[in-house]
Amino acid sequence: MAVLLLAEVAGGDLHIDATAKALTAAKALGEVTVLVCGPQAAGEAAATLDGVAKVLVADDAAYANTLAEPLADLVVSLAPGYSHIVAPATSDAKNVLPRVAALLDVMVISDISAVIDGETFERPVYAGNAIQTVRSKDEKKVISVRTSTFEAAGAGGSAPVEAAASAGDKGLSSWVEDKVDSSDRPELTSAKVIVSGGRGVGSEENFALIGALADKLGAAVGASRAAVDSGFAPNDLQVGQTGKVVAPELYIAVGISGAIQHLAGMKDSKIIVAINKDEEAPIFQVADYGLVADLFEALPELTGKL
Amino acid sequence: MKILVPVKRVIDYNVKVRVKADGSGVDLANVKMSMNPFDEIAVEEAIRLKEAGKADEVVLVSIGVKQAQETIRNGLAMGADRGILVTAAEDVHTDIEPLAVAKILKAIVDEEQPGLVIMGKQAIDNDMNATGQMLAALLGWGQATFASELAVEGDSAVVTREVDGGLQTIKVALPAVVTADLRLNEPRYASLPNIMKAKKKPVDEKTAGDYGVDVAPRLEVVKTSEPPTRQAGEMVGSVDELVTKLKAAGAI
Ligand SMILES: Cc1cc2nc3c(=O)[nH]c(=O)nc-3n(C[C@H](O)[C@H](O)[C@H](O)COP(=O)(O)OP(=O)(O)OC[C@H]3O[C@@H](n4cnc5c(N)ncnc54)[C@H](O)[C@@H]3O)c2cc1C
Ligand SMILES: Nc1ncnc2c1ncn2[C@@H]1O[C@H](COP(=O)(O)O)[C@@H](O)[C@H]1O
Repeated sequence: MAVLLLAEVAGGDLHIDATAKALTAAKALGEVTVLVCGPQAAGEAAATLDGVAKVLVADDAAYANTLAEPLADLVVSLAPGYSHIVAPATSDAKNVLPRVAALLDVMVISDISAVIDGETFERPVYAGNAIQTVRSKDEKKVISVRTSTFEAAGAGGSAPVEAAASAGDKGLSSWVEDKVDSSDRPELTSAKVIVSGGRGVGSEENFALIGALADKLGAAVGASRAAVDSGFAPNDLQVGQTGKVVAPELYIAVGISGAIQHLAGMKDSKIIVAINKDEEAPIFQVADYGLVADLFEALPELTGKL
Repeated sequence: MKILVPVKRVIDYNVKVRVKADGSGVDLANVKMSMNPFDEIAVEEAIRLKEAGKADEVVLVSIGVKQAQETIRNGLAMGADRGILVTAAEDVHTDIEPLAVAKILKAIVDEEQPGLVIMGKQAIDNDMNATGQMLAALLGWGQATFASELAVEGDSAVVTREVDGGLQTIKVALPAVVTADLRLNEPRYASLPNIMKAKKKPVDEKTAGDYGVDVAPRLEVVKTSEPPTRQAGEMVGSVDELVTKLKAAGAI
């Protein structure tokens, strides 16, 4: 079986971590060709991943801003050669893969957490409160991969890199601007340690307490939806059912109650620490270490003692 | 301009989901059902566009069991004008897949000719996040998913999207499909007089067969199981104790 893996490209660079994790799932399905919609250098970076048979580079202005319509047309133009089309379940892939699937008249298989065989997969449903095993009856499988449940493939590959022909742009949509949050901290989905703040943190200014602990630990910063909605933190830090799904070595939840929609995004973390002043908070039911305390006292103390 | 808003009846987001012991699915009998939260946001956005004079009619569609009539009534009580109920299943446990839903919606769009379709980005039961993109594909329209801001300007819409790296703004030619993210707006509550009025608003009743769409699933659900549960942890009495434990566990 031949697999086409759509690489994650952001700002012209290959997002190695997300691509390498999806590659692990893709390798279980067959020989993997990686499609990189971006500059040659991004393609060459993908070629160094272990287990890649070939890299196709589509370096065309039509793909520079990851607009769904031209990207989907490109993937569909390449689809005849492949039994599986796979991508990491990033916002870009979630935007484009269902479009690809509909154009191929197949069902998309979103957010798989395990590969059973070439047509059978596990995926979480109901905010992770149930796991479905689904078998696809479609001839071609279009799959997005929950990266938090797959180990990243290693380096050491040297696959050949070829150019892919552009499939053009019908101009249905056009890019206006990106507002990217620049931070020197590690990125949420690849971080080993995450410190997340919730509504309990109280304000954008107070959120600096979360940042200070994160910096001490070399951690990424996350947030609950309530914290994002209240303007304490930008939207791309939201962890949960409808935000990012993470599974770091250590997740520290501060002033977060533990709603199922939040747990959906972090309950596969290796060690969970919860700091909350309410001993009844549901977050304590999933925490390995719980501390009932006022975060305004506990956080500075913890940061100071590390 | 007419706006079409597909709304799905799902388990209420506050209900604790119970997986059936025999692995056949999730128990939905006698469970509180509500409109998918993202769809409420889509309905609200459509009504606001109408109130702003950018649209003249808001039409709701729900596909599933006949009880989805209630979901449509809820949206009509918020202020939508009329509804289309497409019965496609008898058993409340049958979920119609995004591809089949998109095909039915395409047929309805062909009939109704809306200038904009606004829908939820994701149904909180199957967590597919697919139907809007699939509908746009079938129609050959542009799409603007995960919208946190929407402005209709002449023959296009400017949409700010919530993406992994932050926010992206795009312009999409109308007609188009927009899918709503959580921060697009805060949906209103229906007032009692509006709930009464909604009872009189027209709801067309159709079946999947009327549109010639085969709703047989492409993904066979082999089994549904409980996720692994986490082992109960321990409470620590102080920050010092926490630091000691984390060091002992090799976490810091
Ligand atoms: C469709 C849908 C999707 C959703 N998706 C997501 C999602 O992806 N991610 C997400 O997070 N949520 C999501 N939610 C929202 C979710 O249901 C909760 O509302 C949200 O997670 C609550 O955030 P919180 O825990 O920060 O706030 P709250 O529930 O208000 O909890 C605040 C906590 O802070 C504690 N606290 C207050 N002051 C202090 C103090 N001084 N010291 C210590 N502790 C303190 C309180 O005891 C409380 O436990 C979604 C909801 C819906 C309907
Ligand atoms: N059966 C349905 N009836 C009406 N709308 C639906 C249905 N299924 C999905 N939708 C719409 O498609 C969106 C995304 O659903 P999904 O792709 O299943 O995650 C929902 O928020 C609804 O707006």
